[in-house]
Amino acid sequence: MTVAFTTLDPAVYADWLMRLGDNTLILGHRLSEWCGHSPVLEEDIAMANTALDLLGQTQLWLGLAGEVEGKGRTADNLAYLRDASRFRNVLLLERPNGDFGQTLMRQFLFDAFHLELLKSLQTSSDPRVVEIAGKAIKEVAYHLERSADLVIRLGDGNGESHGRMQSALDDLWPYVGELFVSDDVDKAVADAGIGPDPADMKAAWRQTVDEVLRAATLSVPGEGYVHKGGKRGVHTEHLGYILAEMQFLQRAYPGATW
Amino acid sequence: MQVALDTVWDWLGEVPDPEIPVISLTDLGIIRDVAWDRETLIVTVTPTYSGCPATTLINLEIETALRERGVEHIRLERQLSPAWTTDWISAEGREKLKAYGIAPPVDGTAADGKTVALASRLLGQGNLVIECPRCGSTKTEKVSQFGSTPCKAAYRCKSCLEPFDYFKCI
Repeated sequence: MTVAFTTLDPAVYADWLMRLGDNTLILGHRLSEWCGHSPVLEEDIAMANTALDLLGQTQLWLGLAGEVEGKGRTADNLAYLRDASRFRNVLLLERPNGDFGQTLMRQFLFDAFHLELLKSLQTSSDPRVVEIAGKAIKEVAYHLERSADLVIRLGDGNGESHGRMQSALDDLWPYVGELFVSDDVDKAVADAGIGPDPADMKAAWRQTVDEVLRAATLSVPGEGYVHKGGKRGVHTEHLGYILAEMQFLQRAYPGATW
Repeated sequence: MQVALDTVWDWLGEVPDPEIPVISLTDLGIIRDVAWDRETLIVTVTPTYSGCPATTLINLEIETALRERGVEHIRLERQLSPAWTTDWISAEGREKLKAYGIAPPVDGTAADGKTVALASRLLGQGNLVIECPRCGSTKTEKVSQFGSTPCKAAYRCKSCLEPFDYFKCI
């Protein structure tokens, strides 16, 4: 049974849902690349578990995207059979993992945004979005507690860890602006009461980030150039390599199951 | 034939959780409803974590257990809302967890994205007092936010020196 909750163009709505699902998918994939390579066993487990949460959320968001789109595409179809230009994740999340500090800083900057996003989706006009966000927010609150805690420990750690965390922050900062850039899709979704205007989440995000980075004795870079494009499918070369690995099996052996 | 729903609940109470076999699916609180739709038994299940890999296995075990007891038509439904919370783990389930060596969740301490960061800054550690399931000491420390499964965190007892899992509160 399909109930129309909105008069929003299904293609636009599905596009927006893919932004949610692709963010969790690509970050989940990046985290899973650490499996077996982390600096300590506990972090290996933590990153794999975080990846698992994000992949679970991906199934829900992309599943809903397929349902809204109405062309019979499943979450798996969307994850495995779209080309890079059809992916809607922000560029921040396709950045290579770098060292553990860079992975952790990216996680923290995104977790703080993710929590604000899911908070505002609790009041979405579409009950299906409210359900998924209600499930995901519990997991994401936990992710943020871990990443914030570690950013503080390492930033306020020794000279080596402080230096790595500061350089991770400096490297990633030009990519955070894209999280808060609103475009026509965001505006249509906000007008329909389904999701927030990203620009409205920036102040709350900034407050969390400032508080944690201050405790971590890290200096926040100034406003500068903002790398963007991922939300409309203009990606860096890194996404292609991710997809090559992630999609290989379904591309080479269509429909394979085990 | 429609078996009494109380009997069905009892049956499901005998199905172990695949990851933590000392507690049952009903102890875990993930069976949300059982109902008959004519000849079909509908079991509504909610996932613990959205990416929990045990979900498929749990569904299979429910189906197997019911078939073994003669139920022919079964439909499993997924319910996301209200989202599963550790508050739904039964009192009996908590005792079983503890006896198995897993510290049960401390209610009301679910993450809100702020507390631990704040606590770690102020106290240099987490804000939870978790009792060691082996020796009962409260002198324990968190080793990692995540443990052997998505639902657990890793702790260590400073009295008996044993590591243990804590079933984290969500």
